[in-house]
Amino acid sequence: MKFIPELSSRRVPCYRVLDENGRIIPDSDFIPVSEKLAVRMYEHMATLQVMDHIFYEAQRQGRISFYITTVGEEAVNIASAAALAPDDVVLPQYREPGVLLWRGFTLQEFANQCFGNKADHGKGRQMPVHYGSNRHSYFTVSSPIATQLPQAAGVGYSLKMEKKNACAVTFIGDGGTSEGDFHAGLNFAAVMEAPVVFICRNNGWAISTHISEQFRSDGIVVKGQAYGIRSIRVDGNDALAIYSAVRSAREMAVKEQRPVLIEAMTYRVGHHSTSDDSTKYRAADEIQYWKMSRNPVNRFRKWVEDNGWWSEEDESKLRSDARKQLLQAIQAAEKWEKPPLTELFSDVYDVKTKNLEEQELGLKELVEKQPQDYPPGFHI
Amino acid sequence: MWGILRQRAVVDGGLSLRRTRSALVSARSYAAGSKEMTVRDALNSAIDEEMSADPKVFVMGEEVGQYQGAYKITKGLLEKYGPERVYDTPITEAGFTGIGVGAAYAGLKPVVEFMTFNFSMQAIDHIINSAAKSNYMSAGQINVPIVFRGPNGAAAGVGAQHSQCYAAWYASVPGLKVLAPYSAEDARGLLKAAIRDPDPVVFLENELLYGESFPISEEALDSSFCLPIGKAKIEREGKDVTIVTFSKMVGFALKAAEKLAEEGISAEVINLRSIRPLDRATINASVRKTSRLVTVEEGFPQHGVCAEICASVVEESFSYLDAPVERIAGADVPMPYAANLERLALPQVEDIVRAAKRACYRSK
Repeated sequence: MKFIPELSSRRVPCYRVLDENGRIIPDSDFIPVSEKLAVRMYEHMATLQVMDHIFYEAQRQGRISFYITTVGEEAVNIASAAALAPDDVVLPQYREPGVLLWRGFTLQEFANQCFGNKADHGKGRQMPVHYGSNRHSYFTVSSPIATQLPQAAGVGYSLKMEKKNACAVTFIGDGGTSEGDFHAGLNFAAVMEAPVVFICRNNGWAISTHISEQFRSDGIVVKGQAYGIRSIRVDGNDALAIYSAVRSAREMAVKEQRPVLIEAMTYRVGHHSTSDDSTKYRAADEIQYWKMSRNPVNRFRKWVEDNGWWSEEDESKLRSDARKQLLQAIQAAEKWEKPPLTELFSDVYDVKTKNLEEQELGLKELVEKQPQDYPPGFHI
Repeated sequence: MWGILRQRAVVDGGLSLRRTRSALVSARSYAAGSKEMTVRDALNSAIDEEMSADPKVFVMGEEVGQYQGAYKITKGLLEKYGPERVYDTPITEAGFTGIGVGAAYAGLKPVVEFMTFNFSMQAIDHIINSAAKSNYMSAGQINVPIVFRGPNGAAAGVGAQHSQCYAAWYASVPGLKVLAPYSAEDARGLLKAAIRDPDPVVFLENELLYGESFPISEEALDSSFCLPIGKAKIEREGKDVTIVTFSKMVGFALKAAEKLAEEGISAEVINLRSIRPLDRATINASVRKTSRLVTVEEGFPQHGVCAEICASVVEESFSYLDAPVERIAGADVPMPYAANLERLALPQVEDIVRAAKRACYRSK
């Protein structure tokens, strides 16, 4: 009689390519990245940093109501996106705007969504950072945690049935793996043999709940085997490692029609959101340490610079250009009108039902009759 | 196993394209005797025909395949369409509902079975937050052509956790359509409409009606048959009092109308068919004719479907009412198991008769 111990004597090792100084670890196996791709990846990581900084400040100034930063997780965001094909369907949690940025969502489009103006593709229906775009195969962000996991299994099943050369890719945090949907989503994807890549951003914190209070297992990677799913633990702050792991996982998912689990070890440098002050529950020097010494953007920058592909001038130009673009985007987004009244009642159903048409007509008549009760510039 | 090649021929999944199939009658022949069909067979044939017409339609749920369906509604479908399209799920309502929604996001048309809608509570976040609100929240980018179906409401001797009626809960949510068939014709026409509809539909069946036989017209047997969503049916015309109800209670209301007729009261019975959208126009037109309203449901009384109907009538037809509106609902208790207590906890024909008489000022 032998019980399987609750914890293995050794933690599952972490796949890594670059050391903390941005040097390739000798004998590491990884998929080579061209200069063009590497520079593009770095530019996006830096742009994401600037975007987060400026939108966060905009919220603090009261110009937008809410914002969620991705600080510390730029490598997971950008490198994973770079490793996917454009037709791969992405179902995000909410800390993955970098994937959308990589796929071509413009800074103006991000700003429009945050301001909920009439140019917003989301028609002002959702809170800031709940981006979504069909064109970019990026599902609209939905707040309830982990619901995207069984949905991703369903998307994967659909791709499988239609024999498409694509997979579903879905993201979840360490905290989200406690939800029942995590179990259902992974179990199902395995049973259905669906092409899904599950990427868990283990960033150490679920708002104020530290991972030591979230689960007693050796992180998330060990759970994959429990469902019969091939899994890997990766250094989430190593852009090259993420790129290789996601690229390989994606190939496996599509060619072998199976789910794959990636646990990306990283750290949430920023607060959970603008409604949170994380210094209240964690040490300020812990945050500083990860921000300065374990910064994924700096690490990748060192490697790109060492290759002679990036310079100080490139850096200042990129950051000042991005900053300028963002400030302009925010100014424009702020000025533009909010969506018209007609968008209150559309999209509830595919075709408006009679009672909605009646309500819309009633409201139109009321606004025309009592314009003093409605804000100036409020239009139908 | 499954003709995926055929899918190229079927394009819009709309109501128009119904040429290639129909093992059943398509010509308008006139049978000597009228046909009868059980609700079970009506549902089965509806799903079968829609699966045949559109390869994107697939069925998912516990026991739907190999077991032929917990209530045999999906009998024969596994043999005909194979395990990819008739999918036996592991036991997780939250799981398979989420998966169904995801598949719908990606363009398939799932028909998800809950063994009973009581179990749908374990999946209700996906029904509401992943399905119902998605089209709106994504500004039309994500539509969810999914059907959630299964038995709803009281059965016989199954106790509190297997007897709740969810019509009021689901019908309160914008973004969902909620249907409740009564007869075999309702079952066929409404389920076909639900499967073809691009919006998420909650389809509330009744276990006790599955075995009941109803006459069915040739038109209803045609594979292109479809009933409009949002339109109630006047099952019996009358002039003294309007009785509005849905599902199994329609049968009770019709029996009550017979009893009332013996006493000289002519009752008009309306079968809602659609809880959301609610056919307020038909209900109000009827009450303006009869001046009296009795609404009936099996579910809990507070915030029920009947409450909404009464509010609608009081708001829109107040001056036409000659009597206070009457609401009959299940007792305000979790359903007891003992047969005598269960009977007391549900509306009976006599309750409907009494309420109608009260509305006609014929009794206290």
